[in-house]
Amino acid sequence: MTEMTLVQAVNRGLFEAMRQDPDVLVLGEDVGVDGGVFRATDGLINAYGAERVIDTPLSETGIVGTAIGMALYGLKPVAEIQFLDFIYPAFDQIVSELAKFRFRSGGQYPCHVVIRAPYGGGIKGGVYHSQSTEAYFCHTAGLKVVIPSTPADAKGLLLTAIHDEDPVMFFEPKRIYRTATGEVPDGDHRVPFGQARTVREGEHVSIFAYGAMVPLASEAAAALARDGISAEIIDLRTLVPLDEAAAIASVEKTGRAVVVHEAARFCGFGAELSAILAEKAFYSLKSPVLRVTGYDTPFPYALENVYLPSAARIEAAARTVVREG
Amino acid sequence: MTDVPGSTVPLPYTAQEVLRRVGPDAREALRSAYGWMIPGRTLDARMQALQLQGRVGFYGATTGHEAVNVAAGMSTRADDWIFPGLREQLVALVRGYPLSRYAQHLFATARDPSRGRQMPCHPTAREVHYVSMSSVIGTQISHAVGTAWAMRRRGAPGIALAFFGDGATSANDFHAGLNFAGVAGLPVIFVCANNQWAISLPVERQSAAATLAQKASAYGFSGIAVDGTDFVAVLDTFRTVLRESREGTGPHFVEFRVYRMTPHSSSDDPSRYQPTDWDSRAKALDPVLRLEAWLSSVGWLDRDDREEYARRASENVRGAIAEAEATPPPDPASLFEDVYSRPLSVPVEVPRA
Repeated sequence: MTEMTLVQAVNRGLFEAMRQDPDVLVLGEDVGVDGGVFRATDGLINAYGAERVIDTPLSETGIVGTAIGMALYGLKPVAEIQFLDFIYPAFDQIVSELAKFRFRSGGQYPCHVVIRAPYGGGIKGGVYHSQSTEAYFCHTAGLKVVIPSTPADAKGLLLTAIHDEDPVMFFEPKRIYRTATGEVPDGDHRVPFGQARTVREGEHVSIFAYGAMVPLASEAAAALARDGISAEIIDLRTLVPLDEAAAIASVEKTGRAVVVHEAARFCGFGAELSAILAEKAFYSLKSPVLRVTGYDTPFPYALENVYLPSAARIEAAARTVVREG
Repeated sequence: MTDVPGSTVPLPYTAQEVLRRVGPDAREALRSAYGWMIPGRTLDARMQALQLQGRVGFYGATTGHEAVNVAAGMSTRADDWIFPGLREQLVALVRGYPLSRYAQHLFATARDPSRGRQMPCHPTAREVHYVSMSSVIGTQISHAVGTAWAMRRRGAPGIALAFFGDGATSANDFHAGLNFAGVAGLPVIFVCANNQWAISLPVERQSAAATLAQKASAYGFSGIAVDGTDFVAVLDTFRTVLRESREGTGPHFVEFRVYRMTPHSSSDDPSRYQPTDWDSRAKALDPVLRLEAWLSSVGWLDRDDREEYARRASENVRGAIAEAEATPPPDPASLFEDVYSRPLSVPVEVPRA
């Protein structure tokens, strides 16, 4: 075990995967000589060379399209999109091509690409360095969507993603790249997909979160505990596949649910999770499910702290669902 | 080339010149090429008729593109990879994909290797490295680039060939793909079958460039424009660029100028936008008739041969179609397969057809 930050854990995961398998390679903008604008790929090019750590021209559709072609031949490319906000030129390649290759070819052409992208607000990134648009990708069958919240999960989920057989969107909460620190197992550490993590057990309310919202949920739970409200926090870890069983079991225990994400509310992931709870845990619910989310506006610069969910907003929602049921 | 409405423009070669360009086996090579074009065209005619009868949902013909298709199929090797567009199905057949299997795809049956997932004329044939295509224009261009990159990384000798039309030269992935390939110096050949129409838009309004081939120079490699209705020139071109690519000269761009001799698809009405003399101009440069006329003129093909090719093509096409039409559709439960490597979720009650 080694103590490190979340971004260092991503870096360790990439080193480990490239050490394990010569078919793994990394490509993207500034990932080689520069080591990535967040240093997630730092040192890889010195260890593995420019043929496996590829500084590409500036074109997201080119990066993803090229990665798809590599994967069709049997390599295991890990493509970096510098910010999730810049992924849209590649959206066509992701939803029309990557997600559908296996299906449309009748299984003849599996296409396993991992796309890493830092996402989310809280870094004074304004409209175009802050967005959290995971829902677009969750809506497309064929993609898996993964969002770690701890250094150990960042490494473990990334290694699982690289060794998976399906396309994986791997979104990294850049706001906590350096503030989230923790012990990370050395060597080959893997965290399975589809298994939520219980961050904290509780009796009165289930708080569902992922990525940079998990530490805020913990902060809210600590405040609630001082007033005798026991909150259970579930870190979803992988949105697709979703650990529905864990979500339902938690609500069956607590009878109340708050879903937290920094993405906009309308048609966000919280809508899906709320609907699942309504369909499958309705009779366990003592009060309506509440969502704490970003607003249905573009992501703002000056007012980012107004836009983003805070521990106080999560705490208030939890108090409401407890009071009402 | 001169456009002579209604009559076939002859291929401008003596037999000696063809032997020199194609090689001592030119007679057999050209007869074999003709022998692929005839079933291709027979299939197009039959499928278009069946589409009008409502027996198949859609069809996109290769008619007019046969010289490019057949030359590509004949000159590539088994370890080369084909990234097709809509009008390259004959490439797969020439590379060894059985017509009977392709017919199962056209009718989206339970025996379609792509399991009825796509519209007709979107086959996947992994056994001949004919990669799955979407209906999105141009996306396959950067896939070919990635595969070429992977081949180089693995030390494999193959070449990736990306096929697309004139319309695709306006799409994002054309630029991205050619740019990446140029920067990395990859073993990839960009094959533009310029049939002069992107549905209703003529190529003059697709691009202000004098040729599409000249676009390659902006990406740092060579591009050439070739008469795509002249089989001898097309075969020669493919052989040359494939040989040079295998020698490590980096990417190549080839523009084959052809004539779209059918509507864009079975859902299209070209009388709304094509000039009235288009069909006669196209017919004069029909690649199959041009090859047929030339082979006949030098005595490499006689009437009996022609009738035999036609008879065999008709028999094979009818047989493949009959077998496919008699095959049941895919099982409803198959809908949930191949979405992921293992199903993430399947409805409790699988729907019935």
